[in-house]
Amino acid sequence: MVEGIQSVSQVTSWLVAGRTLFLVIHILGVACFAYIVAKRLVPLLRAERDLRFDRPLARLEKVFKFWLGQWKHPRYKTAGTLHILIFAGFILLAMRAFTVLIVGVSQNFVMPGFSGRAGHIYDIVTDYAATVVFLCMVVAVIRRLVFKPVRYEVPARFGKAHTADAVFLLGLIAILMVADSLFEAAKAASQSQLGQPVETLAVLSLPWILQIALLPVALATIGKVYAGAYLLHEVTFYFLLCYRPFGIQFHVETSLFNVYFAKLDREILKPVRWGVSDEHLDQVKSFGVKTFEDFTWKHMLDFYSCADCGRCSDNCPSNAVGRPLSPRFLTIKARDYAFQHYPMFGHSDDGSSNGNSKPLIGHLYSEDEIWSCTTCGACEEECPLLVEYIDKIVDLRRGLIDDGNVPQSLQKPLKALESRGNPYGKMEKKKADWANAKEFQQVCQVKTLGKSNGADTLYFVDSITSYDDRIQSIGRATAKILDHVGENFGILGAAERDSGHEVRRFGEELLFTALRDHNVDAIKASGVKRIVTADPHAFNALKHDYKDVPEVEHISQVIAREVKSGKIKFNAVENGDKVYTYHDPCYLGRHNQVYDDPRDVLDAIPGLKRVEMSRSRDRSFCCGGGGLMLFYEPKEEQRMGVKRVQMAAEAGANVIVTACPFCMVNLEDAIKVAGLEGKMTAIDLAELVDQEMVREEQKAV
Amino acid sequence: MEILVCARRVPDTSENEIELNSAGNDIERDELVYSINEPDNYAVEEALQIVARIGGNVTVVTVGGEDDEEILRREMAMGANHGVLITDEAFSGSDARGIATILKAFVRKGNYDLILTGVQAEDGGAQVGGMLAAMLDYPFASLVNSIEVLEGRKLKVSREIEGGNKEMNEIDLPCVLSIQTGINEPRYVGMRGIRAVASVPIPTFGASELGVDPGAVGQAAAKVKRVDYFVPALGKGAEMLKGSREENVDKVLELVAAKGGLK
Repeated sequence: MVEGIQSVSQVTSWLVAGRTLFLVIHILGVACFAYIVAKRLVPLLRAERDLRFDRPLARLEKVFKFWLGQWKHPRYKTAGTLHILIFAGFILLAMRAFTVLIVGVSQNFVMPGFSGRAGHIYDIVTDYAATVVFLCMVVAVIRRLVFKPVRYEVPARFGKAHTADAVFLLGLIAILMVADSLFEAAKAASQSQLGQPVETLAVLSLPWILQIALLPVALATIGKVYAGAYLLHEVTFYFLLCYRPFGIQFHVETSLFNVYFAKLDREILKPVRWGVSDEHLDQVKSFGVKTFEDFTWKHMLDFYSCADCGRCSDNCPSNAVGRPLSPRFLTIKARDYAFQHYPMFGHSDDGSSNGNSKPLIGHLYSEDEIWSCTTCGACEEECPLLVEYIDKIVDLRRGLIDDGNVPQSLQKPLKALESRGNPYGKMEKKKADWANAKEFQQVCQVKTLGKSNGADTLYFVDSITSYDDRIQSIGRATAKILDHVGENFGILGAAERDSGHEVRRFGEELLFTALRDHNVDAIKASGVKRIVTADPHAFNALKHDYKDVPEVEHISQVIAREVKSGKIKFNAVENGDKVYTYHDPCYLGRHNQVYDDPRDVLDAIPGLKRVEMSRSRDRSFCCGGGGLMLFYEPKEEQRMGVKRVQMAAEAGANVIVTACPFCMVNLEDAIKVAGLEGKMTAIDLAELVDQEMVREEQKAV
Repeated sequence: MEILVCARRVPDTSENEIELNSAGNDIERDELVYSINEPDNYAVEEALQIVARIGGNVTVVTVGGEDDEEILRREMAMGANHGVLITDEAFSGSDARGIATILKAFVRKGNYDLILTGVQAEDGGAQVGGMLAAMLDYPFASLVNSIEVLEGRKLKVSREIEGGNKEMNEIDLPCVLSIQTGINEPRYVGMRGIRAVASVPIPTFGASELGVDPGAVGQAAAKVKRVDYFVPALGKGAEMLKGSREENVDKVLELVAAKGGLK
């Protein structure tokens, strides 16, 4: 070590040798952290099981993409860039931090392999890394205090602003960076004053600047600064380590695990209980999440991992229209609950010992909050840490259903689904009425599949398209398109029950399995080889919720293929004033990544002018939700659909094309509510294609 | 408190398209789906809430056939402790007085503090509750939309008076109350609940067990007989308001107020 100043391990102050002091700090710091983490693990051990230990390679891929690769971060340019820089800085600085810690007790310690040139380069890199992280902290604090992005705000009903805590933590990291740099600078400054060979510091880096500042300072003072900086670094490091598990920065430790154990098959809903098959569900005593301990350990890890960045709620349509749901606070409230009920000292007071754990509904969450979610998936699409929301919402709803806590507005449709197989309580025998209307039969014959009436393809219509007067038009358009491309297809008619997509997402699992089993039997009996549907909700159910059914396609995929094959050709659009925009239905887009097919179809129509809304594709804004959500009466300031049609208007469009019957209902209503009647129309992709495609007789002309 | 709820299974008006049969004396019942008469469901919920507050048991009884077990199970899935089916060939075709006679015999066999019925059956005339009370010589309150249990075997019940006013009454137990919809928000009964009670045996009672004289009930003894059943001719359509939005709003408010919907 240099002669001018003592190595930190040899510094003696108040009769305590540096080595001893730092060893004590190390041991205390590590012990405290271990204790805190152990305490944080207690609820996870009491939680429900969750099978997440399979497919390590797929999980590592996620780690590389979402953790190391920070995949989601650029979606928010400023915050994302800052985070990527900080994250990269932390990764680079991790080894240096350990080296510095060890130097406190073992003065000449050098990481193996970093003694020579490599070490020198690493030092230069870390000088810049510390500088960048420090500057990011400054920018982040300014953002928090001056620019105050709206998404960080805490609505009054969720408590106080988190700004102070955020700034405090940012400040601590800044101090850590300064202390580290100062330690480095003091060493270099002393070397320089003694005329010894000076370790080159990275030009314009924080240590470099500090070194220049220290040059005129007396050597003895530099020695004190050197030791002081080290102590400050130590204390800050361990303070941060032990403080992080109490708030939003715990994700520094948990994120790696949260991403590794993240859900691999996002499109498949969580089972009622992991490891319990459908046949054994009857033996499960209680369904869904009713108390905190009913969450799975991974869902609790989600709560710990949330960084409070607010991206979920910033994209949540429920939050945007003033419904009581904010995904961010769904998590934050659960984390606060965990911290409060599993304290660091004393017994956890979750009440499980006396058998009456507090119900979450009524204490932590309100019923309206849980019913407000449309399961659109915008929150999950955005979360950089892959926190899951839909499964939690569905689990909480399963608990509500199990306790009979269902809004009156939903009870009737659920009862009708049970007795009639559709939420409207319409007669089964009228299910095929849309296809049997005389004028339509003259244009297109749709056969109902039966013993003597087979087909290759099943058109799965689902309830709304079968029964809703307006939406039946989408069914007829779909049938005409299938007919046009020469598809040998039929429908199940009275044998078709509701797909049960929303039944399941509203938490009524056993009603869903009854509907599903009925449909699977009917589909199998029909002998079809493939399924087509124009309803993304049915599409998603058939594709992911059902098992052992033939492959299913959405009509937009069929159309896109047949446009390419040349079977579908379009007339040029006549009305030149129309500007089209495509609204991505959640269950076609975000949940099934069908983004391009509908757009390709629109772009294949000659003369059609198409614009994109600012929120499109995987950032599409839910129209208000489908299925049972049409019956639910949410508490909201505005309709989602109204917001959506306004977005279309802002984009300069006057025709919204969508590819989902529920979107159609919501958007057409919204056009009226928004007062845009006459200025804006909505049309289904199938309807538009049916309207614009070149038919045989036209070809002949 | 021992509470008996008299319930009935009716075609669900929201899930059926009611059509006349070819004979014109009844509705076409082949493809109907049935459910518990809605006001009866509110009565069961109210009984469950009372029992949850002060303890006791809830028994749901219906007069009918095997098919009517369905609603008893549904109410048991809701939380009712017992379901009882009263069924006998001799009971078929009973008028309201006949049903009340049968229920009276059943009540006499038990020890009930409180008997609830729905305010009326969706296909009925709100007769049984009152008749049952009279036959039992119990006090009766109808159209009840809140119940408070008082000290000393008394209840405080309220009913809504036309125009929205509320009348409070004290009534001695045992008594019969007919329950208005809206008194509570009935809990949801899921598939799981129904499956859980699917195999619970449901006791049945016939004329001999109840000591009811078969000659006093049933079609032959009925003194009110249905002579016709028809769908009334549609009146003229809705009145369409033809004015500006503001004018229409004013007009609607005026119309609603005129019908007593606004004050």
